[in-house]
Amino acid sequence: MQTLNDLKTPNVCTWCPGCGNFGIWTAFKQAAVFEDWNNTNTVIVAGIGCHGHINNFIKLSSFEGLHGRPIPVASGIKMANHKLNVFVFTGDGDCLAEGGNHLIHASRRNQDITVILHDNAIYGLTTGQTSPRSSHGYKSKSTPLGNIDQPLNPLALAIAAGATFVARVYSGDLPRLTEMLVKANKHKGFAVVQVLQPCVTFNKEYSHIFFQENIYQLDEKHNIKDKRAAFAKTLEWGIKQIPVGVFYEASEPTCEEQTLQIKDKTLVEMPIKKRDIDELLKFYQ
Amino acid sequence: MKPFTFKIGGEAGFGIMSSGSSFSKLAIRSGYYIFDYAEYPSIIRGGHNVMQVTVGDEPVSAQYQNTNLLVALNQETLDLHFKELTVGSGLIYDAEKCVLPKISKGINVFAIPMNRMGKEIGNSFLLRNTVALGAAVALLGGEIQILKDLLTEEFSKRHPELVENNHRVAQAGYDYVLEHYADKIKNTLKRKTNVAAQAVVTANDALALGAIAAGLQFAAIYPMTPISNILHILAPLQEKYGFIYKQPEDEISAINMAIGASFAGARAMVATAGGGFCLMAEGYGLAGMTETPLVIVEGMRGGPATGLPTWTEQGDLRFVLHAHQGEFPRIVLAAGDVNEAFNLIMQAFNLADKYQTPVVVMVDKNLCESHQSVPPFDYANYEIDRGKFTVKKQLDYARYALSTDGVSLRSVPGVGNEVIANSDEHNAMGYSSEEAKNRVKQMEKRMQKLRTCAQKDMPEPKIIGPKNADLTILSWGSNKGAILESMKSFANVNFLHLTWMNPFPVKAVKNILEKARRVLNIECGYSAQLAGLIKQHTGYEISNHLLKYDGRPFYPEEITAKIKKVLTAKK
Repeated sequence: MQTLNDLKTPNVCTWCPGCGNFGIWTAFKQAAVFEDWNNTNTVIVAGIGCHGHINNFIKLSSFEGLHGRPIPVASGIKMANHKLNVFVFTGDGDCLAEGGNHLIHASRRNQDITVILHDNAIYGLTTGQTSPRSSHGYKSKSTPLGNIDQPLNPLALAIAAGATFVARVYSGDLPRLTEMLVKANKHKGFAVVQVLQPCVTFNKEYSHIFFQENIYQLDEKHNIKDKRAAFAKTLEWGIKQIPVGVFYEASEPTCEEQTLQIKDKTLVEMPIKKRDIDELLKFYQ
Repeated sequence: MKPFTFKIGGEAGFGIMSSGSSFSKLAIRSGYYIFDYAEYPSIIRGGHNVMQVTVGDEPVSAQYQNTNLLVALNQETLDLHFKELTVGSGLIYDAEKCVLPKISKGINVFAIPMNRMGKEIGNSFLLRNTVALGAAVALLGGEIQILKDLLTEEFSKRHPELVENNHRVAQAGYDYVLEHYADKIKNTLKRKTNVAAQAVVTANDALALGAIAAGLQFAAIYPMTPISNILHILAPLQEKYGFIYKQPEDEISAINMAIGASFAGARAMVATAGGGFCLMAEGYGLAGMTETPLVIVEGMRGGPATGLPTWTEQGDLRFVLHAHQGEFPRIVLAAGDVNEAFNLIMQAFNLADKYQTPVVVMVDKNLCESHQSVPPFDYANYEIDRGKFTVKKQLDYARYALSTDGVSLRSVPGVGNEVIANSDEHNAMGYSSEEAKNRVKQMEKRMQKLRTCAQKDMPEPKIIGPKNADLTILSWGSNKGAILESMKSFANVNFLHLTWMNPFPVKAVKNILEKARRVLNIECGYSAQLAGLIKQHTGYEISNHLLKYDGRPFYPEEITAKIKKVLTAKK
């Protein structure tokens, strides 16, 4: 059984003190210890943004890809070896701006992948521009007169596109975040976990205090199997009105389950060999 | 016999392509060689479609400009193509539907009521093309039973009710010729005995079959002319052969999925046209930076933008050689015929694994969609080579450990090693590093792979034709076919056909060109990109060019005319 120490890398963490990423990092490592996610069974994929450095700080096999593209890389990994736990770390710019198309279509594919959406409603690594999650009217270097676009609703989008596990957590709530990552991983299908996190350096609107004062936990009164109820909950956002918890969970056949050629073994478990195509060639004669 | 060209044309939806393909197979089964070529617009119904099949006693490698038997199923075909008919050739048309243009003397006109016969005998005008095929078989001295067998094969699975009617109209077309034009019957398709087996394949067929034979495990391909047929072949075979074909949301996703699958250990490929490759440009360099093996098929068509979607061109050479920011090792190969397509894609999978980098196989529309008859592919000597690769737990594993040949031991997630792929510059472990010395070492390690590949795997280009020649033709891609056809008329012309674009056989090419008496560069493109590449590498400047960018491939007739001009011009 591994310990937190086994997940330690030689690299110095470079996030700003107080960054929401620390919560995600800590919770993920905690969950990895609980669930024994290790180099025989797990791979993490990250995009580009502050979140994307996470592969340097967790001693697990990883793929740090391009801005906006971690989801299709994860899709390919999962199709080649569906026995791996596949986690995607992505940011709101990465996943909702540059990679928005991939979130939609990966939701449709319903692969058994967990997407952890680091949502700080700002571009941090490029020093503070408005993101698809920034609120209407938000002033930043890219919208000095105030953001005239509406913020995107990633959970409504994910549900509409076919994701089968949709949840939201606050990055400062480590026990619940840890529990949620485990739950999302155990769910069979495409799981999207939006993690509300502050950017302590650039986003003065969504602070730790803001989230602590305005989130509320979804309780058993919310039926997570009810898609309409889930949509309704995704529309809530405001003072004392930000629901967190599992919004939606459904049991639908996964991509892997429907791909008959990998029913018994993963693609990479089948020995690679030269194939005889003489029978195919006959068709052309 | 001289190459004989059969051409059938009509509206999209008339069954032109299937008729052309049937004619190709008919010729093969009668013991002949073929090359066929189709022209069609980027629409499904209503446009003008033609397919031509050139038949020969010997292997045929290109489409011809002149036509020996034209089947015009509508007025447009007559108007557009009657000028291609030469003395002694034939024209089949429906006098009840079309008006004959002013035809020059010496052309045999066969007025056959194809529409009426289709309707009366086969219960549908749509069978007019089968009437025409029956008539063509008769005029060319072929065997009607071979055509009937082909029709049975074509219809028995999906539309068994149509087999009988097709047989009847084919026979009717055949009989019509015997009754009215018996004196004009030739021996062009007279059945030969003891013929060697031939496969009728396009480069798309060759690429798909080659990939399957080479152990393909994962392909993500977004549909795009001219490579869509690769996915049409792969998709229905995936369960039987144990690989995955996935249709992605776009080409960006395609290449990233394939990189992910390859990172996990699968032999992976993508295929696209130039426009899709634009979207893949960022993934191309990602594969280079993360040292992930990947095979990319790039099918060229007329550009830029949407350009000429269903026509041919070779305008992407420089694009493929330079796409993506920064520098990374890329292996770029280009096929000139279906055999090269088959062999290069198989080799591409080995090269990708050995050098852990993207390998592009370039083809063009003319190659992708034209059928050529070849002996069934021989892959007996092929062996899968995965390079430095392990699925065993290693002590102190470092994915990007430095090595003299530039290649590090590759492992995959899930086997106990910490395998890191990183698009950021990284250290030997794979962790992000912006340290200057490390950057230099990792950059040099990656780029060393090209030098190693050039030494170990790049063959010397071969001269085709006589060693001692008055003219050396230089070209690449599907032009090879038309050049070879044209060379049949010259004893003093040889041909340097290039298949390795990067790394590039600098010394050999320089040596050949500097010794040549005259050099003629032939390319389907405006800017002579290959000639530019050669000048960049060798300093040799080519002064004679035959360039074409109207979307049509080269015809041997055009090349022959240009050769004559260059040979007679003062040096």
